[in-house]
Amino acid sequence: MIDADRIGRSFRVRGRAVHAVRDLSFHVGAGEFVGCLGPNGAGKSTTIKMLTGILAPTSGRVTVAGLDPSRRRTAVAREIGVVFGQRTTLWWDLPLRDSFQLVRLLYKVDRVRFRERLDEMTDRLGLGDFLGTPVRQLSLGQRMRGDITAALLHDPSVLVLDEPTIGLDIVSKSEVRAFLRELNTERGTTVLLTTHDLGDIERLCRRVMLIDHGRLAFDGTVEELRATVPGEASIEDVVAHLYLRSPAPRTPPPRPGEDPPIATA
Amino acid sequence: MRVYLLLIWTWTRAAARYPASFTLMTIGGCVAAGLDVAVIWIIFHNTTTLGGFDLPEVMFLYGSAGLSFSVADLLFGNADRISQHIKAGTFDGMLIRPVGTFVQVAADRFTPHRAGRALQAAVVLAVALARLDVPATRAWMIPVMVVSGIVISTSIWALGGAAQFLLTDAPEVANAFTYGGATLTQYPLSVYGADLVRGVTYVLPLAFVNWQPGLFVLDRDDPLGLPYWLRFLSPAAAAALALVAVYAWRSGVRRYRSTGS
Repeated sequence: MIDADRIGRSFRVRGRAVHAVRDLSFHVGAGEFVGCLGPNGAGKSTTIKMLTGILAPTSGRVTVAGLDPSRRRTAVAREIGVVFGQRTTLWWDLPLRDSFQLVRLLYKVDRVRFRERLDEMTDRLGLGDFLGTPVRQLSLGQRMRGDITAALLHDPSVLVLDEPTIGLDIVSKSEVRAFLRELNTERGTTVLLTTHDLGDIERLCRRVMLIDHGRLAFDGTVEELRATVPGEASIEDVVAHLYLRSPAPRTPPPRPGEDPPIATA
Repeated sequence: MRVYLLLIWTWTRAAARYPASFTLMTIGGCVAAGLDVAVIWIIFHNTTTLGGFDLPEVMFLYGSAGLSFSVADLLFGNADRISQHIKAGTFDGMLIRPVGTFVQVAADRFTPHRAGRALQAAVVLAVALARLDVPATRAWMIPVMVVSGIVISTSIWALGGAAQFLLTDAPEVANAFTYGGATLTQYPLSVYGADLVRGVTYVLPLAFVNWQPGLFVLDRDDPLGLPYWLRFLSPAAAAALALVAVYAWRSGVRRYRSTGS
């Protein structure tokens, strides 16, 4: 579904090249649920932007559903749904219902199918109470549900979410998670999300990719991730350990005030 | 185009929910445009010709340029908000949609209140034509020049928008050409210096909005003695500028760097 082949993106900042992403390669198959971890500024969002056609890679090649997003942006847009947790793609001044109408026009979704899909989403995500509310007056949890609905009205085969649970309360978070899990298992939609919330990873993702300094630092199952640090470490400890490790040395240095980890049986 | 029309219709309906603001803005647009016409009247109160043209002729040039410009402004003028979209990050949201970015920026928050200006220009043009008595052998040029003028004005907006991908903080630079061009073409170009007229003929083809084809409609010699065939070139100039604008917009989007997070 998604193929990244040694993609890189550099930005010119005051005359100097800054590499946000370098030499990143991965493959996401149809129906997978992949979580993408990494410290702030690691290159997660830049990667998402290259997959969705917002930014063109400066090196390498990426395809989504067999199409190159930087060349066939509009064709890729029909195949994927995109949600940004940090900022809405809905229209601030319009009621949610009108925002969905605009989305319908942009994706040329047929009126009957749109109605069915919106009814289904309204039912599942409980949008009924605030369909007539302007987006700027929605709570974050309501807005996120609106954004997820907007991203799925054209029934894409891939859903890409950049920090979809950021700032959500426990109830909204678990509703969003339950919805995404169902979407993946029942409709077979491929899901790729970035997050800082390890609960998202543990509860949703069968596979984890860890991006650090623009490179892929880990790619495997949650169990494999846990096994990278010997012992009974919690997933938080494992991830913190991986983040703290500088990218150049391959062997993890011991953390301050701690003995080097000793393998236990 | 169909998507564009559907989008602006949806925004119009949204704007119509605030009828007071809608009406006030439309009236405001008409008053501002009315003052422009008053300026022409005042000038002719003190003189009988302007740059060698009498009142109905000047009104013809003013009305045709005003109509082209205001229709383009109404439909695509929102393109100059591109720098706001870039800064606010809403341009990312447009790039994930399967529709061209120019159409989305132009349609975003569309309101028909600028229609007042187009209406005013159309009235001035109609009054001028009633007084001029143009034969059909020359009148056919009028719709051609208005359409070419709309294309030229729209292209200048697209160029101004494309420039904002490079100069995010300078929408005013682009406005110097869009609104500046509109003001420039309101009067017979013969009132300006010859170098400026050559510039807007051969470089930025504003002279093809109304001046060159207008000379044909009015059956007048070019006061600057530029070649006669130039007055038929408006559609070609419009097409050439549109191509440049499409190219510039696309390069602008390719240079887009997005914002943090």
